[in-house]
Amino acid sequence: MTTTTSPVTTRQGVIELAQVSRWYGNVVAVNDVTMTIGPGVTGLLGPNGAGKSTLLHMMAGFLAPSSGTATLDGRQIWHNHDIYRLIGLVPEKEAVYGFLTGWQFVLSAARLHGLDAPGEAALRALDLVEMTDAKDRRIETYSKGMRQRVKVAAALVHDPQVLLLDEPFNGMDPRQRLHLMDLVRRMGEAGRTILFSSHILEEVERVAQHIEVLVAGRHAASGDYREIRRRMTDRPHLFRVRSSDDRRLAAALIADPSSAAVSLGPQGLEIQAVDFPRFTALLPRIARDLDVHLWQVSPTDEDLESVFAYLISGSSR
Amino acid sequence: MNGVVAEITYRAMLGRKRIWLLVLLPLALVVIAALIGMIGGADERTAVLLMKTFAIGTMLPLLGLIAGTGVIAPEIEDGTIIHLLAKPISRPVIVLTKFVVAASLIAVFAGVSTYAAAYLLARGDSGVANGFALGAVVGAIAYAAVFLLLGVVTRHAVTVGVIYALVWEGVVGGYVPGARKFSIQQWAQTVADHVSSSAFFKADVSLGFALPAMLIVTVGALVWAGQRLRSLSLTGDD
Repeated sequence: MTTTTSPVTTRQGVIELAQVSRWYGNVVAVNDVTMTIGPGVTGLLGPNGAGKSTLLHMMAGFLAPSSGTATLDGRQIWHNHDIYRLIGLVPEKEAVYGFLTGWQFVLSAARLHGLDAPGEAALRALDLVEMTDAKDRRIETYSKGMRQRVKVAAALVHDPQVLLLDEPFNGMDPRQRLHLMDLVRRMGEAGRTILFSSHILEEVERVAQHIEVLVAGRHAASGDYREIRRRMTDRPHLFRVRSSDDRRLAAALIADPSSAAVSLGPQGLEIQAVDFPRFTALLPRIARDLDVHLWQVSPTDEDLESVFAYLISGSSR
Repeated sequence: MNGVVAEITYRAMLGRKRIWLLVLLPLALVVIAALIGMIGGADERTAVLLMKTFAIGTMLPLLGLIAGTGVIAPEIEDGTIIHLLAKPISRPVIVLTKFVVAASLIAVFAGVSTYAAAYLLARGDSGVANGFALGAVVGAIAYAAVFLLLGVVTRHAVTVGVIYALVWEGVVGGYVPGARKFSIQQWAQTVADHVSSSAFFKADVSLGFALPAMLIVTVGALVWAGQRLRSLSLTGDD
């Protein structure tokens, strides 16, 4: 038997998933995912049912991978309660001990971590999420956003290197959402490893420098948010257009390379645009020049599912 | 033992309306004993009968079920347990702490009410009050461990627990003498019989069997529950 020593790194808080799969009976929830999550903010993006929670639970030590390994700084996460000295977890489930006040809840987290000055740590964490004023109210009287923030405070009380948040912005009002986004961004800038899951691209884009896309249990894409955004907008778009003179418009559009195909039907034109920015600039200009009135311009495949489906096809190429 | 876990669990069990679940049956026991005393039926024989059928036969297993599953099953069900589990505390320690909370609650509520009711009916005669109170306390320990285990291994802990208490201990134990050997209720009666010298009462299981059996069941249930909690998995809603 040989022992391998992991290379000495100065970086801390690196989560590594190596060929991780998880299945329930015959259903595969996560399929052969390999990814490395380092310091900074990473968004785990995917439609509902993509396996984001399953993946996050494996990173948080609440689910064993069916195959593959999940480690934090080279240490196995599953069956390792000491790992929680490094991890703060904000679960998606809203449930918290409603009979405790926010203060008692966060203080209990500090004491469960065995911190030297639990009171100070709890106050600091509550202050960070702006819950100091409401700290003496019972949690059951809190709004959903306040519960979310008090959960974040409890997860941060021991100043963890890694923070995992499962759909953290769900159910928050816009102001609370902005505040939490700002907090997450600042913590990422401070060098923490932060991973949060979301099914909303705009949300992920605003906070995360790095995005991991999960679709149907597979790791569909990975990269800088600009890169992901570009690939999402660069894909072929399908538009339906109705105008005062479809035939003349069709002829002018197909003359330009921004459209790959134009079909004329009783419902109007169907246009396959391959260069999204160019096409969207071209269409109104041509209509004006030809004196054709545009009655309807509608993208037909803008739903998230088709965006993700495109990303998968792109990554497997 | 973890003080913070114990504190939160005691608060969850005793807070507001929850405490009535624990108070109701013991209160009923004492009230029944007092009523019997008022109509002049208080004697040692009646005391033994009430203790056997109601205190040990009904109240103790039900309190065990309420407290044993109550210290952990609701938290697993609604996910609040994550607050305790996502901490650098070993899971068996959490199980042990929850067990101590459950056992102490059952022991206090069952023990005190059993003693009070037996004393109302038989005073200090033949050690009936002392015997059944001690039996209730010892039974509390085993019930707490077994029902805590049920709360960890199954989402239907209360159903399974009721079936065990009513069907196995109650019905099967009533007709099949051999089944009584494997009944926490009978072990509690054995302890009571050992302390009490009452002529109206003879336990079916020997102390030499009951005590080791109780020890094995309690420790075994706690070890098993600790292992199961270590591997507690959260399944995503997505």
